[in-house]
Amino acid sequence: MENFFDKVAGEPIDRVDGRMKVTGKAKYAAEYELPDMAYAVLVSSSIAKGTIRRVDAKAALRAPGVLAVISHENSIKVPAHADNEHPTEPPTGGQPFRAFYNNKVYFNGQPVAVVVADTYERARHAAMLVQVEYDKEKHTTSFEENIGSARIPSQVKKNPKSSLADYDRGEVDGYKKAPVVVEAEYLLPNEMHNPMELQAITAHWTADDKLTVYDKVQGTKPTQAAFAKEWKLPVQNVKVIAEFVGGAFGNGLHQWPHETAAIIAAKMVKRPVKLMLTREQMFYMVGYRPRTWQKVAIGANPDGKIVGIRHEAIGQTSSYEDFTESVLQQTRMMYTSPNVSTRYRLLPLDVSTPIWMRGPGEATGAFALESAMDELAFKLNIDPIQLRLINHTDVDPDNGLPWSTKYLKECIQLGAEKIGWSNRSMKPGGRRSGEWLVGYGMGVGCFGAHRGAAAVRARLMANGTLQFQSAVTDIGPGTGTAMVQIASGQIGISPDKITFQLGNSDFPQAPNQGGSATVATVGSAVVAACNVLKEKLLGMAASAEKRFTDVKMEDVLFSSGQISLKNSPSVGVAYTDILKKENLPEIDIIQDSKPGTEGSKYSKYSFSVHFAEVHVHALTGRVKVNKVVSCADAGTIVNKKTAGNQIIGGVAGGIGMALQEDAVMDHRFGRYITKDFAEYHIPVHADVPHVDVIFIDKPDYIIDPMGTKGLGEIAIIGVAPAIANAIFNASGKRIRELPITVDKLV
Amino acid sequence: MSQKPSKGIPSPRDSRRDFLKQSAVLTGIALTPKAAITAAENQWDEKLADAIEKIPLNIEINGIQKSLSVEPRVTLLDLLREQLNLTGTKKGCDYGQCGACTVHVNGKRVLSCLTLAVMHDGEKVTTIEGLAKGDELHPMQEAFIKHDGFQCGYCTSGQIMSAVACIREGHAGSETEIREFMSGNLCRCGAYPNIVDAIVEVKKQGKNI
Repeated sequence: MENFFDKVAGEPIDRVDGRMKVTGKAKYAAEYELPDMAYAVLVSSSIAKGTIRRVDAKAALRAPGVLAVISHENSIKVPAHADNEHPTEPPTGGQPFRAFYNNKVYFNGQPVAVVVADTYERARHAAMLVQVEYDKEKHTTSFEENIGSARIPSQVKKNPKSSLADYDRGEVDGYKKAPVVVEAEYLLPNEMHNPMELQAITAHWTADDKLTVYDKVQGTKPTQAAFAKEWKLPVQNVKVIAEFVGGAFGNGLHQWPHETAAIIAAKMVKRPVKLMLTREQMFYMVGYRPRTWQKVAIGANPDGKIVGIRHEAIGQTSSYEDFTESVLQQTRMMYTSPNVSTRYRLLPLDVSTPIWMRGPGEATGAFALESAMDELAFKLNIDPIQLRLINHTDVDPDNGLPWSTKYLKECIQLGAEKIGWSNRSMKPGGRRSGEWLVGYGMGVGCFGAHRGAAAVRARLMANGTLQFQSAVTDIGPGTGTAMVQIASGQIGISPDKITFQLGNSDFPQAPNQGGSATVATVGSAVVAACNVLKEKLLGMAASAEKRFTDVKMEDVLFSSGQISLKNSPSVGVAYTDILKKENLPEIDIIQDSKPGTEGSKYSKYSFSVHFAEVHVHALTGRVKVNKVVSCADAGTIVNKKTAGNQIIGGVAGGIGMALQEDAVMDHRFGRYITKDFAEYHIPVHADVPHVDVIFIDKPDYIIDPMGTKGLGEIAIIGVAPAIANAIFNASGKRIRELPITVDKLV
Repeated sequence: MSQKPSKGIPSPRDSRRDFLKQSAVLTGIALTPKAAITAAENQWDEKLADAIEKIPLNIEINGIQKSLSVEPRVTLLDLLREQLNLTGTKKGCDYGQCGACTVHVNGKRVLSCLTLAVMHDGEKVTTIEGLAKGDELHPMQEAFIKHDGFQCGYCTSGQIMSAVACIREGHAGSETEIREFMSGNLCRCGAYPNIVDAIVEVKKQGKNI
């Protein structure tokens, strides 16, 4: 295979959409100006469980500018809602919430009505006038009080071979036989994605059976398919536009109630309707990282060799959908252990459905596993790095397959040097800087390196520019930039002559932007399209330059917008000349790409190691993350600047997980008391230190032709335990419940 | 409907009705009982209230003088986004907690979600759309691109407006000071260190921004 790695080489070019973003020209879901726009504001339930007795809309309907007050009492019927089947492709099991379908209340904050008016202010005011009467039922929202009701996920009942099923390698609970055992429980709270852009949709029925939505989603095609199914429309009658997405971190991977509410409203008032959630509403209906209890037991020999691991997890879900995530996978494959047992259960509560949040499952599981590894290292009096190296495995112990690539040892070594691991005291509390206790910790992360199927449209124009289109979205990582660079490297056209349009369901197929798979998936289609264009160009080259007659692909170079002969580089012909000679205004192709079967012979993962230097104030317990070093084995790095930024962002997210984020519910009402940024804390400038990012930057051609592996998830997976372990090293306090707030340290 | 309660303070709604009763237009309509019924059915009183309750606002936005008529309850943020199609200023919380809506009013940073538009009569507002000089980007915009001070771009307008103000205020003396004085601008993508790098660079250039 051609060495793609050399061509792409991680040039840190500026983002192709950077100018749009710094000038305010980038348009997000609620920023399209449509004629006769109406505004919708949701009315949320004030009870967590029960039925709606009556919706009194009289006062609201009398308020100026109000066009409609819609609830289950008067809503048009959404065609697929009565089918009582899962209307979307399943990110979850069960029946997703159906807006205004019936009088049932499943969770507090559930949309029970939507008010539509001619201005935002009027809709907001009228929404306050809607009176809803309920017949309350006793709700169950407390995780701790109901943990005994945890059960096997419905997905496992349907498919006993599911990766979520009970798993035993070797002897069940083999860890018990080991001479040294650590065993502890860990708890992660509900965490909210809270992207800066509030969830928003602008819904526009352009005809009775034609719907256009400008929506904050992570995939235009999956959203198109979901709405087409929900409204029983031909897929091509639904158009989804998401040109810019103001962050998502997973909460754009499911259809949510407000989207259907806006679409219903637009249909009923026969005007385009814009609906933007409030920050408080963001806590109730667009998913979250679920509260998860875990118990990890590791048994080892005195030399550090692991004998067995047991890892149990119980995650929260809603009463109507089973949301599952991969909490336990890392435990099965990270360390060589002859005996591994995992158990995964769900606890349904009267709350809304969770959804994947950055590093889903794995980030949760890694907090427990990597904390437990640190506890074991301490108990054995072995350096935590050494413990990882002792239990390093060169084949995936879960399935016996070799890794496609794995440079975890290199990551550990480079990261340890950079953070100054040699300064770490083996004894907790052994280092001080004035009033601050100084500690070092590390955590390992991994995430499956996925590649899916996608297609792109490529148009090589007579003026030498190259235009791509893909339905893929970009929630922030810099998809367009990476695609332009991949194309540039592949076909030899400078990046400033290449454009990559995305975020429109009219464009060729692409999956959701999620699971760190976009570059591998869509990038592969870009490479495939470039290869087709190159063949076409070479096939026509002879008409512009005779010396290209019967020349083979391996004898030529494509660079600087021309084909040249490898053995006499002065003989070249420009792409523009070829098109001119052929009298072609453009070459226009649609090319798809999907992974082959080769990959099934390997176990494919990205890896990361995060190191944190943390200061804990000896008297007040205040924690400062002083320095973070993250080293990633993510294959080829297409753009070191945007990729580095992604790692930094993951670290920031991990700092939030470790120290701040906690959605606290008042169980008397089933309502969050932390419902805005004053109460639900996310990292601010002052919380995030300089982050040193190191990339191994070695290609993995098993995954895709660029050699890339995913990056977005491993940026956060392992960060929280690195910080928790550093806090232990600094203070001697082992905190097993996130977030690690001051009250837990004093 | 328009009858006042016999005791207690009249509600704004009641006083609006009283005011409307005196208005020539409604009196004219009210001359015939039939027309009065129609007026009530069509809520003309409310429609008239709409016209009457708007307040004139003279405001300069990005160097352009505007004479507007706005309801007093409209925030500066919603005026910009929903009425003037200046959507570069972002709504991230509506509570003054995230900084995405930061604009300059008379050269100082202001959270446009926490201030009503009518409070800015006669004032000068600069939004992200007004920061560049034509095609020439403001040095802070250039620095944000160079240092990749954003990912999704949603907090970016607010970060840039705040960053410019941060330097103008004299609060960009060190990285620590920048972090402190930029902490009202949240970035969930976590591009903070790159934003700080961008501000440090612009500060070092020493230009009058």
